[in-house]
Amino acid sequence: MSLQVNNLHAGIPDREILKGLTLEVKPGEVHAIMGPNGSGKSTLSKVLCGHEDYAVTSGEVLLDGQDLLAMDIAQRSRAGLFLAFQYPHEIPGVSNANFIRAALKARQPEGEDIDAVAFYKQLYARMDQLEMDRSFTGRSVNEGFSGGEKKRNEILQMMMLEPKYSILDETDSGLDIDALKVVARGVNAMRSDSHGILVITHYQRLLDYIQPDIVHVLMDGRIVMTGGRDLALELEAKGYDWVKEDDRALAA
Amino acid sequence: MIATPDITDIRADNVGDFTFPERNLYDSGFGLNEKTVDYICDVKSDPEWIRDFRKKALATFNSKPMPTHWATKDLENIHFDQFRYYLSGGTKPKKSWDDVPEDVKRTFDRLGIPEQERKFLAGVEAQYDSEAAYSNIKKVVEEQGVIFANSTEALHKYPEIFRPWFGKVIPTGDNKFSALNSAVFSGGSFIYVPKGVKVKHPLQAYFRINSEQFGQFERTLIIADEGAELMYMEGCTAPKFDTATLHSAVVELVAMKGAKIQYVTVQNWSSNVFNLVTKRGVAHEEAEIRWIDCNIGSRLTMKYPGVVMKGRKARGEVISIALANTGQHQDTGAKMIHAADETTSNVISKSISIGEGRSTYRGLVHIPKHLKGCKNNTECDALLINSRSRTDTYPAISVRGNQHATQHEASVSQVSADQIFYLMQRGLSEGEAMSLSVNGFINDLAKEFPMEYSVELKRLIDLEMEGSVG
Repeated sequence: MSLQVNNLHAGIPDREILKGLTLEVKPGEVHAIMGPNGSGKSTLSKVLCGHEDYAVTSGEVLLDGQDLLAMDIAQRSRAGLFLAFQYPHEIPGVSNANFIRAALKARQPEGEDIDAVAFYKQLYARMDQLEMDRSFTGRSVNEGFSGGEKKRNEILQMMMLEPKYSILDETDSGLDIDALKVVARGVNAMRSDSHGILVITHYQRLLDYIQPDIVHVLMDGRIVMTGGRDLALELEAKGYDWVKEDDRALAA
Repeated sequence: MIATPDITDIRADNVGDFTFPERNLYDSGFGLNEKTVDYICDVKSDPEWIRDFRKKALATFNSKPMPTHWATKDLENIHFDQFRYYLSGGTKPKKSWDDVPEDVKRTFDRLGIPEQERKFLAGVEAQYDSEAAYSNIKKVVEEQGVIFANSTEALHKYPEIFRPWFGKVIPTGDNKFSALNSAVFSGGSFIYVPKGVKVKHPLQAYFRINSEQFGQFERTLIIADEGAELMYMEGCTAPKFDTATLHSAVVELVAMKGAKIQYVTVQNWSSNVFNLVTKRGVAHEEAEIRWIDCNIGSRLTMKYPGVVMKGRKARGEVISIALANTGQHQDTGAKMIHAADETTSNVISKSISIGEGRSTYRGLVHIPKHLKGCKNNTECDALLINSRSRTDTYPAISVRGNQHATQHEASVSQVSADQIFYLMQRGLSEGEAMSLSVNGFINDLAKEFPMEYSVELKRLIDLEMEGSVG
């Protein structure tokens, strides 16, 4: 049982961006991926989710043994994969509550509906945890939300959908320290033996609050170094250039 | 796009697509001439003044050209000699559901009509081809002095109220199709609400075409006396025939001082219907007329609900949703004619074009120089779903004088691929993601429709969206 990425090569039509990426996230683990701009961080999350702008040229991805790349975007989601977007989209005219309910209903067997009372009970409990005002249920998804509110909304959706594997794509970007703490609390509340989390981040700061078990360094489309929590601190102290010179880095 | 699911037959679930054999007691035959008009007058025992009115209208109709210099050339596919202009099983509408003929009953049962009546509405008038088959007005409303009859009954029983306003809001010669309607009109509602009476529940009508090669020409006249208020709802369906069907209605509204009329339409004619309608209201001092219009069906709809704001501080509003799929052209809009000081008008139009569908917005706003303090706000938004979908906008705003405020906003957009990716990443299929996005696009306007209509609206839109992805 894991989210297993094996020697993944992927990119846009003229350019390969992921050049043989290998990674395995097991349930209960929190992995962090750090890397400089252009290393392929956001490409990785989009490719795993099936964004049509990217093509996989070789390699495989298995989610609990199932061929993830053979599934379409919605199927991957229903198989238990969740992406907390770096730039969450607005959906005008669709309320937050209806959106989350539609996502839950899409996972139900044909014809079955969600119990409204249970749904709202859970929704409010999660919103309280994230310090989100209840008025957000009626507002259009992400419309007029501040950066912090959008990121909290992503975590709210994660909490309501209870995925098996979550990718948090630069969840800390654009957040002040207080918002960061609230978001981190939400993520930490979702740590469990049945949930594997992949945190993609540029800065070390987030990892003070969401402490990873394993840290990877992504450079030029490949994971070049893997270590424990301390690796993140070392990176922050020495910068990414250091990685290229360190002999722990994988041969180019 | 992502792997295309099979395009399903969009109308596979069309509740309205069924037909019963014609059992017409009265049939005017194919084609339109003075004999047709005489036939209609004889069957209805129309008074002389109506016979005269109809004949003059027929002459006007014949003298006017088809408006293809500005409207679609598809109008040339209407062959007037290939329609029957009057068909009915008998002229008197039944008051008790039990008395309605079996096939008519089953038609409306299938469309959910008597159920609606029981549940919620104050009065229902159901028209089957040329005549009302069923009409009932709840006692409460009757006791308040409200009159709700069909046009034939009205001109016989209530000429003193009917005649002064009939043909005044929309004169016969307004356009070729108002002339046609004036010549052969049959059915439609006549409603009079006395002074100060506020009708709590909506009055409702259903128009159903059962026969082939047929033209339906209902004529509605609603008069709200001073301080009166009402909401009127109409729904329309027809089975799909291979031949064309023509629906050319005329709706006239009169809101006296301080009165308020809301007129709600959900049009879901099948794709062979030419739907050419003239709708207009006159709002007197401090009165308000709101058209809440949704066009989902028909091959071609041309409809520009209008309000003439004749009294000081009168208000006019048009809220319009149109959905055009392949083979459809929704040519809709609004006409706001300011004819008094401090009048305000508001037009909000949202259209969705799917496949090769075409939607057109035509908005006329007229504020003349001598008036003061008038305001107009227009917003028209178009959503294009597929690369071959089409939309056009023709605003015609004429504002003179220097004490008015006019605002016009328009947008054309697509449902962004990023938005669809976001929704799909939450587990929604591409079709579900599109439906949700499209429903979101019209959400503000859908909320203006009475509840069971907005639920029906969502269902119809979801059905239309099913075939659209890919």
